[in-house]
Amino acid sequence: MKIRLQHLSLIGALLFSTQLYAQADESAELAALREEIRLMRNEYEARIADLETRLDAAEERAADEPAQAAGPPPGEAYQPPVVASAGTVSVARDNAFNPAIGVTFQGQAWSYQNDPDDYVIPGFPLGGEAGPAPEGLSLAETEISMSANVDDKFTAMLTVPIAIEDGEVAVELEEAWVETLAMPGGLSLRMGRFYSDIGYLNDRHFHAWDFADQPLVYQAFLGGQYLDDGLQLRWLAPADFYLEFTGEVFRGDNYPAGGAANSGMGSATLGAKTGGDIGFSNSWLLGFSWLRADADGRESGSEDDPLLFTGDTDLFIADFVWKWAPNGNSRQKNFKFQAEYLWRNEKGDYSVPGGTEGPWNYDQSGWYAQAIYQPFPRWRIGARYDHLSADTPDSVWQGTPLYPMGHDPKRYSVMVDWSNSEFSRLRFQYNHDQATGMTDNQFGLQYIFSIGAHGAHTF
Amino acid sequence: MKKYIGGVFLLLIISLPITAHARLNVFACEPEWSALADEIGGSLVKSTSATHALQDPHYVEARPSLISKVRKADLVVCSGAQLEIGWLPMLLGKANNPSVLPGRDGFLEASTVVVRLDVPDSVDRAQGDMHPQGNPHIQMNPHNIARVARALGERMALLDPENAEAYTTGTEEFLARWNSAIAGWEARARPLAGERVVCHHKSWIYLEDWLQLEEVATLEPVPGIPPTAAHLSALLQELGTDGSGADAIIRSPFQSAKASEWLQEHTGIPAVMLPLTVGGSEGADNLFGLFDDVIDRLLALKQGPGQ
Repeated sequence: MKIRLQHLSLIGALLFSTQLYAQADESAELAALREEIRLMRNEYEARIADLETRLDAAEERAADEPAQAAGPPPGEAYQPPVVASAGTVSVARDNAFNPAIGVTFQGQAWSYQNDPDDYVIPGFPLGGEAGPAPEGLSLAETEISMSANVDDKFTAMLTVPIAIEDGEVAVELEEAWVETLAMPGGLSLRMGRFYSDIGYLNDRHFHAWDFADQPLVYQAFLGGQYLDDGLQLRWLAPADFYLEFTGEVFRGDNYPAGGAANSGMGSATLGAKTGGDIGFSNSWLLGFSWLRADADGRESGSEDDPLLFTGDTDLFIADFVWKWAPNGNSRQKNFKFQAEYLWRNEKGDYSVPGGTEGPWNYDQSGWYAQAIYQPFPRWRIGARYDHLSADTPDSVWQGTPLYPMGHDPKRYSVMVDWSNSEFSRLRFQYNHDQATGMTDNQFGLQYIFSIGAHGAHTF
Repeated sequence: MKKYIGGVFLLLIISLPITAHARLNVFACEPEWSALADEIGGSLVKSTSATHALQDPHYVEARPSLISKVRKADLVVCSGAQLEIGWLPMLLGKANNPSVLPGRDGFLEASTVVVRLDVPDSVDRAQGDMHPQGNPHIQMNPHNIARVARALGERMALLDPENAEAYTTGTEEFLARWNSAIAGWEARARPLAGERVVCHHKSWIYLEDWLQLEEVATLEPVPGIPPTAAHLSALLQELGTDGSGADAIIRSPFQSAKASEWLQEHTGIPAVMLPLTVGGSEGADNLFGLFDDVIDRLLALKQGPGQ
């Protein structure tokens, strides 16, 4: 038993000692491990610090690029990104100087009771591009526009409409002008081909109008819109309110001028405009303009067998626009009232197909007023009234297109349009047209889409 | 000779009051920049803003009154990044004032001195009215205001060298106050970090970046297209009806409340109007008030109704 006990104690001692040994062995190993971990940690910390500095540097470099985004990790104080000073230069591609290009697509569908080819307003033989759109489906002008600054002193604009005329594709030159940027004293000079600044609608492109056709006064007195080759000088007075004066000289090739009379300086205009705001919600614009045109064999009426006029045209226009939007926030809700009055005197000689000819000196006038209301975003409704009146000429002219009917031509229109975005618009329009002497109910559908360069929000 | 000297003297006397009153004429496209010009230049500056806080600065027309103001401006300062693309080029084209055309000292585009967010790799209008140079609503991060302040102060000093020192001092004094205000805002806004927001339009990404908010959706289906019924019901599906889908629905003063209130009613997520610029709310009567009020309103939402 004793031995057994001794054995046991020996075994116990042995066991104990091995355990001890193992413990000693383990603690050495642990220390080694700890040391290793410490070294590793140091190494990683150094690596992390290195990575952090490299990241900072990368962020700084990235900030030098025009733009980038790197938000801070959640829960930390905001670290504003570093940015280079303004005017960072990037490598320009060859096309970096391409002008701003835009294309406007326009299409329409019209239904008439009377044949639009026979559209004649008695007393007002139409010139230029005036007249109703074709019946049924058709494309209106597809317009390509380009604009850019030429250099530090000039800017240029080109508008090329592509139209289908009598089944043929026709590329026209609508606007091609260069304008000064750096003239002193509030002056600017435009040269080239452009829409005259007279009236309110005349220098606005068709697709920016609120109805799918032109007011009767524009058809009767301006051939749709007065466009010609010439020069325009504009002076903006340094007043506390808007006051602008414009003077133009044109070649005089287009209606209401014609034949580039007066050695190719056939027409001239003068205009003054003023306007302002009333509180935050209302703004207005008032303009007066005068056009003097020499006509030399100017054509109007039927294209195949036109009336010819040689003489002087004096046209006066007064235009007024008033816009309202609650707090000036037109995006939600807005209202626009627009009216123009045109008066003209033509003095000269008319020659009418069929042989009638003789001296002519008569006054004509007309006006339109329209109101457009946007009750909520995207939808607009509008109404327009057109009116023309004319002196009754000598009985010699009875039976010719120059002789007005017994009562004044007039037209009532309503429209509703929907714009998904600034770049798209669909429109329905109804006209009750009493201009020709035969009442016509006209229904029109129109689309206007634009791609490319952002259109301007003109007043 | 005596007469001549007398004449010159008279001329000086006549012209003196004019020069003394010739303040630097600053035309700002947005109220935050006219407020900033006032902070820096004080009485040396006559500033005016083309838009006010209740207008969407993208949908403004080149009104006659604005044309006559640009005509007389010494400095035009705008957010840029195509925010004013619809009307500023037209305005500059009509105003016949060469000294404020882009590229001249009299034109400052604020977004060129900050880091713009959301710069798209490619642009397509199918994705809405996009801004190829990034999101233009830079003013909602006060650090951006600080950067623009420096650039604006330098520009004012350049255009009005007689008072250059005053503009430099004005900038430094403003920045000292501004930076301490930023520290205060950041401390107060800490509980807001990580909040999820639904925005009417992407006008708030600089605020979100600054306060670390997470934008989970917008009420507009694509930028520039007003909220549609279809899009709102899709949002309702996504956000659920128990109020847990997000922490707030944010709109600016010029946006219709209808869409955000409808969504609030159906999802239980609280809707709030936040001023997007100076003048957008009663509290936002200056640049400091603007951020005070934005943070107040967001914190009030967090504390729940009845606060």
